[in-house]
Amino acid sequence: MSTNDNLLEVTGLEKHFPITRGVFFKRKVGAVHAVDGIDFSIQPGETLGLVGESGCGKSTTGRLVTRLLEPTGGKVVFEGRDITHVSTNTMRPLRRDIQMIFQDPFSSLNPRHTIGSIVGAPLQVQNMPMPNGQKRAVQELLELVGLNPEHYNRYPHEFSGGQRQRIGIARALALRPKLIIADEPVSALDVSIQAQVVNLLDDLQNELGLTYLVIAHDLSVVRHISDRVAVMYLGKIVEVAPRDDLYSEPLHPYTLALLSAVPVPDPARRDSAQRERILLVGDVPSPIDPPSGCRFRTRCWKAQEICATQEPPLAEAVTGHQVACHFPIEASERTGRGAEAAREAAAAVAEE
Amino acid sequence: MSVDLLSESASDPTLAGSRPFLDVRDLRVHFQTDDGLVKAVDGLSFGLARGKTLGIVGESGSGKSVASLGILGLHRTHRATRIGGQVWLDGEDLISADPEHVRRLRGQKMSMIFQDPLTAMHPYFTVGAQIIEAYRVHNKVSKSVARARAIEMLDRVGIPQPQRRASDYPHQFSGGMRQRAMIAMALVCNPELLIADEPTTALDVTVQAQILDLIRDLQREFGSAVIIITHDLGVVAELADQILVMYGGKCVEYGPAEDMFLRPEHPYTWGLLGSMPRVDRDVRERLNPIAGTPPSLINLPSGCSFHPRCPYAERDGIPCRTVVPELAVPGAPGVACHLPQTTRRATFANDIAPAL
Repeated sequence: MSTNDNLLEVTGLEKHFPITRGVFFKRKVGAVHAVDGIDFSIQPGETLGLVGESGCGKSTTGRLVTRLLEPTGGKVVFEGRDITHVSTNTMRPLRRDIQMIFQDPFSSLNPRHTIGSIVGAPLQVQNMPMPNGQKRAVQELLELVGLNPEHYNRYPHEFSGGQRQRIGIARALALRPKLIIADEPVSALDVSIQAQVVNLLDDLQNELGLTYLVIAHDLSVVRHISDRVAVMYLGKIVEVAPRDDLYSEPLHPYTLALLSAVPVPDPARRDSAQRERILLVGDVPSPIDPPSGCRFRTRCWKAQEICATQEPPLAEAVTGHQVACHFPIEASERTGRGAEAAREAAAAVAEE
Repeated sequence: MSVDLLSESASDPTLAGSRPFLDVRDLRVHFQTDDGLVKAVDGLSFGLARGKTLGIVGESGSGKSVASLGILGLHRTHRATRIGGQVWLDGEDLISADPEHVRRLRGQKMSMIFQDPLTAMHPYFTVGAQIIEAYRVHNKVSKSVARARAIEMLDRVGIPQPQRRASDYPHQFSGGMRQRAMIAMALVCNPELLIADEPTTALDVTVQAQILDLIRDLQREFGSAVIIITHDLGVVAELADQILVMYGGKCVEYGPAEDMFLRPEHPYTWGLLGSMPRVDRDVRERLNPIAGTPPSLINLPSGCSFHPRCPYAERDGIPCRTVVPELAVPGAPGVACHLPQTTRRATFANDIAPAL
């Protein structure tokens, strides 16, 4: 991977939210390490899936990349340009190229504005050329995402959840961006509607050559839409790999546990899936005071002394497959006996 | 109403003996609203034995949650609510029974796990106090005995240091812990019927696996009948012995879990399976979603309410737009579809299954 042709490159990105005490003199007593030094890059036309459980920092990452939040440290480079700390004014023209799709189609659309003005707003703010007028431009966008252009004057409450999500997508597409950050784009939708929106995102990518960073917790959806997948745990990326490698040969114990926890929609395989399912003990530790060394060690069945003292770097194990672990998973541990042994070992991890 | 006739037949020992533990017959829950009559549940029938699990699957607005509240009798306070049909629990009809009697059964004989434990638990009382209350309402015991029982239950559902955690408030628990506490509360009186309404929807996948494991273990231990309501086909595949698919307030397909995944016969079930990306199969180029959106319950389409979204509607002159398809025998496994069975089986085998 040569560094020059990456559309987005993130190195050592950090976001610490301060915790303060007192009313007048707000003393800083600690910090939530929401994102704690992550590196990843996205190539043009690629879809990178970012998965992890709630509280692992995946949404914060999305907001840092779009500069909706100010990074505490690290670097965000978009098209070879460092945008980590640029001012709002300098950022504004760049917003044409980076757009966001939000999770909740109910709170991300202003209920007092018509669809026309919601989708038209970015066009106006950015002074985009509209040869046929704003109305025509918006109607073309509505058509692009599969909505009826005659609904131009309707309000968000007149639409169903899936249609609203399409409105959010139309708004993100209005400026013809290069990179779209989609934060849980389908998790608020019904199963049958989810598939419609996933297909729509797919079609738009082919048609307009978009690049996606898809943030989601649903591993099966991420597998369907991503080219590469990054797994986050407690503010760190623990594994990045091409989709098929990650799902068939996970190297990090956390990824293995996460994948084994996905319910299998096949009653015939219920028992074998259960026997091989790795149930992690306890909860994710607090990001205020994350464990030393490897952050997963408190729940990991392979943890040894080195894991507590030395933080494993995210390093390439196989070509294109990076993992941050001292003791990556071996092939024998993935199925059958090995998986059952891992299940027992994981259950035996004592809580602190 | 025909209540008197029904209670007579209930006292008939032969009839009561042949009934399954839970027998829902033609359950109807209708709400009168300003916009019109909402038929949230319209003629739902099924049976469930002790120790078995039924999965009710459907999208939002299909009436699955309303049905579960109807079974527990949690709707009756609203004047605009009409409930019809029968719900036989262990030989007595809950719909025609005295509400005060049903109230005593609730929490003891039947209980519920709600979707969002943060809103289902009272924020002003400690978790322990809420479980103790649930236990003391149904059992005449002292506070200390009830507290010991509450701690025992918290321990059983896997909450570390239950002694100390019992004095914590719900907001001090993490999402997974809160759901465990709620399960402890639901099970404190050893209910024979447990209804879990989207018990894992708000949880992460690793926590979901823990909770599903817990529900499965507890069911084995207590031998309760469990109804699990969800939109996630993966979750029902994990737990359910039988699956009931709901659409527009009606049951469209009902049968053993294996059949539902290997030999589904209703076009809506096909659509659900086709919409779902699966981790256990190769990645498909595209998903096959169901066109359109779920109908509004106020204004259900005529005939089969799925017909506007169904690619097979009106094929070979079947009356999808005018006649409501019914299950052949209400409460028995079957499919509510006008397509002839041979056509359904052939269509699934030839057109649907290869694309899944």
